[in-house]
Amino acid sequence: MSFINLKDKIVQVKIVYYGPGRCGKTTNLEYINKTYRKQIVSEMVSLKTHGDRTLFFDFLPFDMGKIKGYDIKIQLYTVPGQVKYNATRKLVLRGVDGIVFVADAMAKQREKNIRSLNQLHENLVSYKESIFKIPLVMQYNKVDLKEHGIPTLPIEVLEKDLNSRLKVPYFEASAITGYNVATTLKKIISSTVISIQKKLL
Amino acid sequence: MNYGIVSQEQLEQIDTILTDKLIKLGVDCVIIIDMAGNIITAKDNGESKYDVYSFAALAAGNFATVDAMAKLVGEQEFSLLFHKGQDSNIHFSKIDDELLLISMFGKDISLGFLRLNVVDVIDKIRLVWDRK
Ligand SMILES: Nc1nc2c(ncn2[C@@H]2O[C@H](COP(=O)(O)OP(=O)(O)O)[C@@H](O)[C@H]2O)c(=O)[nH]1
Ligand SMILES: [Mg+2]
Repeated sequence: MSFINLKDKIVQVKIVYYGPGRCGKTTNLEYINKTYRKQIVSEMVSLKTHGDRTLFFDFLPFDMGKIKGYDIKIQLYTVPGQVKYNATRKLVLRGVDGIVFVADAMAKQREKNIRSLNQLHENLVSYKESIFKIPLVMQYNKVDLKEHGIPTLPIEVLEKDLNSRLKVPYFEASAITGYNVATTLKKIISSTVISIQKKLL
Repeated sequence: MNYGIVSQEQLEQIDTILTDKLIKLGVDCVIIIDMAGNIITAKDNGESKYDVYSFAALAAGNFATVDAMAKLVGEQEFSLLFHKGQDSNIHFSKIDDELLLISMFGKDISLGFLRLNVVDVIDKIRLVWDRK
C-alpha cells in the first residue's frame, strides 16, 4: 500500500519486478539505474549471493517529480527468482502497489514462467490482494536472443500462456540492451499512479 | 487499520513526540516505517545524514526476516531487536502490526534508558493514532 504524507506532500509507491530466476529483473533495474541518474537520489541496493544472484531484493528509489502538487517517490524492488526463496519473495511483496511480471522469452523457460506467475497469484492472495486487480504489466524479456539463433517463444504463445485471462498491457523487451525497459517502467508507473490518485482526490 | 493516509495534524503530533522524547535526549535519528518499507516520518538531530529511503527498505526487510525466523522456531516474536556498533547502534521496536519505530543512537545513551523512552513514545503514538 502506498503511503501518502499529507504534511510534506509526498507519495511513496512500491513497484515490484517479479518473475522466474534469471529472467532479467535485476538487469531491468541496473539499466534504469544507469540511464536515469538524474532522477535517482541514492545508490541501488542489491542483496546478493557470491554468485551474483539476488538473495533478498534489489532496491532503487526513483523520483518522478510532482503530480497535483505531490512529490511522487517510486520505490523499485526485485524479488529473488530462485524457487527456494519463496518466503523472501513474499516478504518483498508486502504492501506492493504495482507489479511488472518479467517473463523469460527463451523457449526452454516456458514452464518456469507459468509456475512463477501462478505463485505470484498465490502470494498476492496471502496478502488479500488480487492479481486481477493490482496494476500489472507483462514484460517478455530477452527477445534479442532471436537474432543469436536461440529459440524463443513467439509472442502469441507468451500471451496465451500468461496473459489470456489477465489481459494487461505487455511489452517485448531486452533488458540487456535497454529495449522497452523505459516503456515498461513508464507504463507500470502510470497504471499505479492512476490507481493511487483516487486516494488523493 | 487504515494507515495509508495520515493527517497533517497527526504527523505533527507524532513529530513532536519523537523530538521531545527521543531527539532531545540525544538520539541521533528516529524513523517510523511501515512493513512495506515506506517512511511515515523521520526526525534527526540535524547532524546525521542517513539515506533514509534505502535504510527503510533494508530495515523493513530485516525486521520481516527476523519475524519470520521467530515464527519458524515457534516464537510469537523476538521482542528485542538491537544492532550494536562501535559508534552507533540501532534499535527496532514494533508499534503495531504495520508500523516500526527505529532509533539510531551513539555511545552516550544506554540501551536500557533508550528502551524506557521508546516504550513511552510508542504509548503516546498509539494514542494519536487511535484518535482517528
Ligand atoms: N540476452 C539477454 N540476456 C539477458 C537479458 N536480460 C538479462 N539477461 C541475462 O540473464 C542473466 C540473469 O539476469 P538477472 O537480471 O540477474 O536475472 P534475475 O534473476 O531475474 O534478476 C544475466 O546473465 C543477464 O545478463 C536480455 O534481455 N537479453
Ligand atoms: Mg535478480
